[in-house]
Amino acid sequence: MELFKKREFNLFVFILFIIFGVSLRTPNFLNINNFVDILNDTAILTMVAIGQLMIIVTGGIDLSVGSGLALTGMSVALLNQYHPEIPIFMIILISITIGLLLGSINGLLVSQAKIPPIITTLGTMSMYRGLVFVLCKGTWVSAHEMTEAFREFPRRSFLGISNLIFISILIAILFLIFLNLTKTGREIYGVGGNKIASQYVGINLKKIYYLVFTLGGGITGLAGFLWVTRYASAQSETAIGFELQTIAACVIGGVSITGGSGPIIGVMLGAFFIGIVYNALTMINVSPFWQMAIQGFIILFAIIINTVMDKRNQQLRLRRRI
Amino acid sequence: MDKENGILDIKKTQKVYLLDILWQWEVTLLFIFFIIIIINSNLSPYFLDYTNLMNTTFNFMEKAIIALPMIFVIICGDIDISVASIIALSSVFMGMASHAGVNTFGLVAIGLFAGLVAGFLNGFVITKFGIPAIAVTLGSMSLFRGIAYVILGDKAFTKYPSSFAYFGQGYIGNTMIPFELVLFLILAIIFGVVLHRTTMGRKVFAIGNNSTTASFSGIPVNRIRLIIFTVTGLCSGLASILLTSRIGSTRPNIASGWELEIITTVVLGGVAITGGKGNIFGVVISIFIIGFLKFGMGLINVPGKVMTIIIGFLLVLAIMLPELLKRLKPKKKY
Repeated sequence: MELFKKREFNLFVFILFIIFGVSLRTPNFLNINNFVDILNDTAILTMVAIGQLMIIVTGGIDLSVGSGLALTGMSVALLNQYHPEIPIFMIILISITIGLLLGSINGLLVSQAKIPPIITTLGTMSMYRGLVFVLCKGTWVSAHEMTEAFREFPRRSFLGISNLIFISILIAILFLIFLNLTKTGREIYGVGGNKIASQYVGINLKKIYYLVFTLGGGITGLAGFLWVTRYASAQSETAIGFELQTIAACVIGGVSITGGSGPIIGVMLGAFFIGIVYNALTMINVSPFWQMAIQGFIILFAIIINTVMDKRNQQLRLRRRI
Repeated sequence: MDKENGILDIKKTQKVYLLDILWQWEVTLLFIFFIIIIINSNLSPYFLDYTNLMNTTFNFMEKAIIALPMIFVIICGDIDISVASIIALSSVFMGMASHAGVNTFGLVAIGLFAGLVAGFLNGFVITKFGIPAIAVTLGSMSLFRGIAYVILGDKAFTKYPSSFAYFGQGYIGNTMIPFELVLFLILAIIFGVVLHRTTMGRKVFAIGNNSTTASFSGIPVNRIRLIIFTVTGLCSGLASILLTSRIGSTRPNIASGWELEIITTVVLGGVAITGGKGNIFGVVISIFIIGFLKFGMGLINVPGKVMTIIIGFLLVLAIMLPELLKRLKPKKKY
């Protein structure tokens, strides 16, 4: 009975429902290869959405992920173009470092300068996006300018699954453990639940804010590397509007936008849900111009359902107490 | 005697209080504004030209018109990131109507009505279900622009009646004063009076400071928020008319990214993003600061993307300034 009340379970059932509906129209949809494709398409979204989750849980928001991703991606792509001798392992480390750095700028501004997260990341979003342009001077880094090891990295398989999926699963497991089983992880949820109370029990707010933005930045950096390698091109327009998709994945997955609650499994399902809807639209021959409208509709639908269910659950709980 | 003193004292403290406010944000902004004008006019001889200055206002008046209701939204503690998408939506509807042969008056009515309905939908979902505005407008942002994409795809509407062009390109009489600028100034006065001189404005501040208290004090919180979101939609519709008329065409990606620029303007103008604090005067200055800054940078050939870096930096710096000053100032001894 408890299972039915869980939002993740409802979302899961909803996803199964969509899969069933779409596969009635196009049997190809149920193909295992198609699901691997969907997983590959949503791997980056899942990772970045997990970073976004951490930040939203503390009551913040990160609008700079799209720009941060583009900036890291562009940096490593240029690095690869001009210094092809640098091994791929180093490039991954560099991308994570750049990401951590960009994230820590957000974190410092939020925790030390006390600028609200939405304003901070709004500002850094324009700054990082502008820096991408300054770095590449308006040109692209395209596939033939990248080394083969760089270009092929996300498609190489490890233990039978592609590096892309493997990394995203690894990140998910790491953060599942970090957020649920460590003291700092629980503190992150605590800060979002009640800022003042968590301060009284001795949680260092500044540290938590700094930490979530920096870690989120690190994930974004890694995602930037994976993005340019997967699409084999780095442009100044890379990942525009991506921040909204990550927030959408969080909202669909049941993360409270005011902070304090949000299961990581829900976010993964939310990202998968977005991927499956996009894929299904293509499979049943709906024009890609419908994607945006449907994404908006789903977000609105998901948050209305979530809010209504929450209120009903609360009322039920109150009634039981009486 | 005592009574008189008491009255005098109150007046005195009020005066000091007013001065304090003046010395805070708006004066800093004015200062920045004049620095920008001085630097710009030194860098380029074409900056301080009457015709040029008047014509450059075309570039930011549409954003300015949306910034006005956005002040109310942010003072209420909400946010509306769907405004640019409402522009796209209402522009697409106007384009459809124009192709069907509707006249200029009809186009204006359709543009305004589309904005009104879109804003009302936002406000309705936010107040009816009690969902944070950022989540709802995030969804409607995709939804509205998505509808524009569904209708237009990769095409564009370019057929508009010639009299429709006046709204975005016309001047008042034979002067060089753009119609858009005058419209904005009139609206700014109306919004300023409503915010600072009516009970409605006081209620907006009350909601922003503590909506629960406001609600218990008998202020119809949700109705006021609904009105504000509807007006924001209406103004976005108006901005859409001006923009469509100015560029004479509609594409689904029209005005993309404007929502963030508008919010930047409002926040730079001294409106607290947490709600409850703000001033129309500051926002009007900040509109012209950003507008003239961009114009000046354009004159000396700064690329648009570099402008976004500078504006992003300006935003962060502006918000950080009070906190920095607080740290630099020695602590008062009581």
